Amino acid sequence: MAGSTLEIKNLHVSIEGKEILKGVDLTIKGGEFHAVMGPNGTGKSTLASAVMGHPKYEVTEGSILLDGEDVLEMEVDERARAGLFLAMQYPSEISGVTTSDFLRSSMNARREEGDEVSLMKFIKEMDSALDYLEIDKNMAQRYLNEGFSGGEKKRNEILQLMLLKPEIAILDEIDSGLDIDALKIVSKGINKLRDENFGCLIITHYQRLLNYITPDHVHVMMQGRVVKSGGPELAQRLEAEGYEWIKEELGIEDETVGQNA
Amino acid sequence: MSVETKLPYDKEYINQFSNDNNEPVWMNSLRLQALEQIETLELPKPDKTKIGKWNFSRFKHLAEGEKIASLKELPEALEGFLDEENIPENLLIQRNHSVAYATLSEELKEQGVIFTDIFTALQEHEDLVRRYYMKDAVSVDEHRLTALHAALMNGGIFVYVPKNVEVKVPLQVIFWQEDPEAALFNHVLVVADENSSLTYVENYISYNETEETLANVVTEVIAQNNAKISFGAVDNFAAGTTVYNNRRGVAYRDATIDWALGQMNEGNTVSENITHLVGDNSLSNAKTVSVGRGKQTQNFTAKIVHFGKNSEGYILQHGVMKDSATSIFNGIGKIEHGASKSNAEQESRVLMLSEKARGDANPILLIDEDDVTAGHAASVGRVDPLQLYYLMSRGITQAEAERLVIHGFLAPVVNQLPIESVKNQLTEVIERKVY
Repeated sequence: MAGSTLEIKNLHVSIEGKEILKGVDLTIKGGEFHAVMGPNGTGKSTLASAVMGHPKYEVTEGSILLDGEDVLEMEVDERARAGLFLAMQYPSEISGVTTSDFLRSSMNARREEGDEVSLMKFIKEMDSALDYLEIDKNMAQRYLNEGFSGGEKKRNEILQLMLLKPEIAILDEIDSGLDIDALKIVSKGINKLRDENFGCLIITHYQRLLNYITPDHVHVMMQGRVVKSGGPELAQRLEAEGYEWIKEELGIEDETVGQNA
Repeated sequence: MSVETKLPYDKEYINQFSNDNNEPVWMNSLRLQALEQIETLELPKPDKTKIGKWNFSRFKHLAEGEKIASLKELPEALEGFLDEENIPENLLIQRNHSVAYATLSEELKEQGVIFTDIFTALQEHEDLVRRYYMKDAVSVDEHRLTALHAALMNGGIFVYVPKNVEVKVPLQVIFWQEDPEAALFNHVLVVADENSSLTYVENYISYNETEETLANVVTEVIAQNNAKISFGAVDNFAAGTTVYNNRRGVAYRDATIDWALGQMNEGNTVSENITHLVGDNSLSNAKTVSVGRGKQTQNFTAKIVHFGKNSEGYILQHGVMKDSATSIFNGIGKIEHGASKSNAEQESRVLMLSEKARGDANPILLIDEDDVTAGHAASVGRVDPLQLYYLMSRGITQAEAERLVIHGFLAPVVNQLPIESVKNQLTEVIERKVY
């Protein structure tokens, strides 16, 4: 089997004492693209944040394994070095740290001491990724995300994804706030990584992104659980018919996690 | 009256010291007059910091320092101050209270630029020194510490740039307090005459971890009409030194004084940086960074006073506090009546790295004129856990992520330092102090 495997089992997650995820099961293997869809407030972003180890989210039950290793025992940086990546919906702005210095530190973080990427090689790789994503080269010298437009932040996330080449990436609403041209560019970047070693979980409200990135598996989240899974045709049906039919089928009145908390 | 504060140096000693240095008569009398005032003047009262018990009286006044024949003789600890590949053309090293090394480019000498120690200046450029010494910027009788300084001044530099001369290469000075007990009453006098410009950078360094002494530094920076002065500094006195540091600028019409100060002392420190924008259209950017650690108490004041119309003052102070260090950051923008169309902006930010550290930012705007703009921003906080999460989510360790955030926080000032080796050296000091 190629690539890594991320197994999420019966995951329960709370934020400030309120349970948001109520038993999520999901397995992502190298080579597979999964899409998690669902209306607002159903726990999609919580899933992404919990896998990466966001400080505000508390896992109360269940497990996350990466190639059999217990991810929940790892610090955030260890998860990243083990091969996980999260393209964030709201990346932090870090004043005084240039994007380029940050990228280089990130690339070196997963290498042994003494085996750091050379400056020349780094610049070459960064420049080629910047070109591929049609990002102005000045961005590398700007402070990380500071004063970036929404679209620039999203492209910067994909830039990091391309340079860090993780085993498993989670993209949290990478399409929100992007116009159609930017959406195409971001999709191009993600598709470039597609190979048998790379697994990807795409979280989105909209079918629109999936016109450019075809998922192998589609999952629908409601009330903090995966309530339905299928192939790419599921996303198309959601685009055409919305979420009502699933709610009816499953007898769900309110799909959000709020009412059941 | 306590015995502790009794000054161990008397009139006779000061007379002798002044004579030994062949000082002009006016300097001798200025010292003696100051000595008389010491007893009657009070200590300064920095806001929210009590300095009554600090050591301002236990010290040794004089220590000679040997000359060095070449920069190769500098101890390892000082090498980082200089770029070995590119030895500065204009460099002065003061070792204790003597000049150990001094060089000034022929070109600048020919243009009439003066860059020499204060004692030589008192002999060779007496009139110029007399014109500015504790006159326009700092007065002898402001409080006990300025009077002490005037009475006991035992080191320093005089810089003068004549009219219309642009000094393109920075002037660099290293004040090397090699003797762990020697006190430094240093006087830096920088004068840029009309339409001139210069960049001046200084380093203070000492190594007395346990020996007690003090530094009482007065710096006067004068920018005549349309002159431009860029002033950079890294203060790095060791834990045993109690520091009073008074850097004051006076900017006349169309003049600019920019400050970039790395305030990295390890001992108790009162540091004030005040600029008087006297002339119309004058400008000052006052940028400082500070790191506090251990048990030290520090009080920083950044103040810009607007007298001239259309004058602009921008204060930026960033401080990092760890262990049980305490610091007060006063930011004061003062616009006097008549200084119309002026703009006073300030920003003070303090980052706390431990539960026991204390940092206060006091933003103050004092405005006596209607037609002006002013603003302030101040914050005291901890490293943002979401910033750390973001950086760590890329594989960067927590320690490295914190390092990046702190360096980023201090970068706006560090990047302003005009000499690469000094910038690197400040970065190293920050590294050493923060981790």
